[in-house]
Amino acid sequence: MKEQKPYIEQVYRWGLIWNLAVMVILMAFPIVVAILYHAMPDWQGLLGGLMATAPMYWAVGVVEVISYIPMLGAGGSYLSFVTGNISNLKLPCALNALEQANVKASSEEGEVVSTIAIAVSSIVTTLIIILGVVLIVPLTPILNNPVLEPAFNQMIPALFGGLGVVFVSRNWKLAIAPAVLMLILFIFVPALNEGTVGIMVPVGVIFTLIIGRIMYKKKML
Amino acid sequence: MFNYNDPILFVLVGIIVAVVLAQSIFFLVKAWKRGIQLGMDKKKLRKIARTAAIFTVAPAVAIVISVIALSKKLGIALPWLRLSVVGSLSYETIAAENTALAMGMTGSVSTASQYVTISLVMTISIMVGIWLVPVLCKKMQKGMSSLEKRDKKWADVFQSSLFIGMISAFVGYVFCNVSRLWTAGPDGFVHVTKTVVNDQFQEVTETVSYSATSGLIPVCVMAVAAVVMAILGLLAGKFKKVHWISDYALPVSLIAGMASAIPVTAWLG
Repeated sequence: MKEQKPYIEQVYRWGLIWNLAVMVILMAFPIVVAILYHAMPDWQGLLGGLMATAPMYWAVGVVEVISYIPMLGAGGSYLSFVTGNISNLKLPCALNALEQANVKASSEEGEVVSTIAIAVSSIVTTLIIILGVVLIVPLTPILNNPVLEPAFNQMIPALFGGLGVVFVSRNWKLAIAPAVLMLILFIFVPALNEGTVGIMVPVGVIFTLIIGRIMYKKKML
Repeated sequence: MFNYNDPILFVLVGIIVAVVLAQSIFFLVKAWKRGIQLGMDKKKLRKIARTAAIFTVAPAVAIVISVIALSKKLGIALPWLRLSVVGSLSYETIAAENTALAMGMTGSVSTASQYVTISLVMTISIMVGIWLVPVLCKKMQKGMSSLEKRDKKWADVFQSSLFIGMISAFVGYVFCNVSRLWTAGPDGFVHVTKTVVNDQFQEVTETVSYSATSGLIPVCVMAVAAVVMAILGLLAGKFKKVHWISDYALPVSLIAGMASAIPVTAWLG
């Protein structure tokens, strides 16, 4: 009998196959639409649109992949980078699950737990969006209600308030320096806002790693 | 004239969404089986899944709101696809606007060629993560596990540093508009004039006024969520048998924070 590969090796294989498949069908969408409607793309618009959009998105994409893979685990990374909404949904969901299960992210149990949390979150998100699309006509006035608007505008602060308490209380010595740095930067540098927070994640991570290394060497943790 | 809500577009998007759903189900089943093999308690796994599902509801509804917002410019099918696979409201809006401006479009999408061009730009621009993860994931995860083998304690600090670094960036972001307190004019408002692209893909200049205290809204909301979380944490420690407290602490603090935004915005906005 053929010996079965370790679980994690299988995850890499499944991830490769699934992500390639998703890439192909995603690219197929505009191509099939073009064929069905006998329409060619507007080449000048395509080039102009790509030049204005792609370089920034690719740069952010590379930075996100590098910063989030170690936090999401293997299975969680393959899924999260297909279904998106990482910092505002998948990663907090995985972190909460790891905390709840009391397992370490780097252990195999951690890999299992974060994959389950991210997979369930992806499934629920997809289903809710389907429901939203089907019911878009009756739902629009409810969801666009001005009373509810502030609640959805403030989702990120509400999310990181809860998550912050859990992780900062557990690692408060490590959290002081990066929190102070980020507060100063975000308060006093006008260019830092909603659009640039993604770029600041790796800055925060690298800074915290340096501080963590120093504190670890000095046995302060 | 091209109809961006043509049923055939919904069928195409439906197929893609089904594949993405299948991937999530596949990984869920595999991870679940592995968890059982590792001797993890089924009840514990079920609880993790339930908490993840409940926690997801509010952020997912926010995504539906984004679909509605984008549908004015692009119909429903394309935003449904883009926000089910990788995208976000801001990304897709920028991609659509850049392409529409490059094509010199005025009015909403009216030809198949425009639709194809916009969806190509969106798809190509957002694809990086999907192919880069398979390229880098194995190497990076191996690096993490060799770190773990070399120095376990440092590996723990390393992992915590990643989480803390990420969370601190978002905590900083919550304070990004606090400076309105001292940059507001004598009328108590900050007036920002900017060029935006309207639903007809036309560039228009508009002035938006923010009150001096509006930058404190996210800070207050974060504080409410943090206090609720801290209270639930203390209660969970005290009543160890009441499991739902710790299981649902994060979704509860999220909803409490979001709900508090309604009166807080009325007060400070």
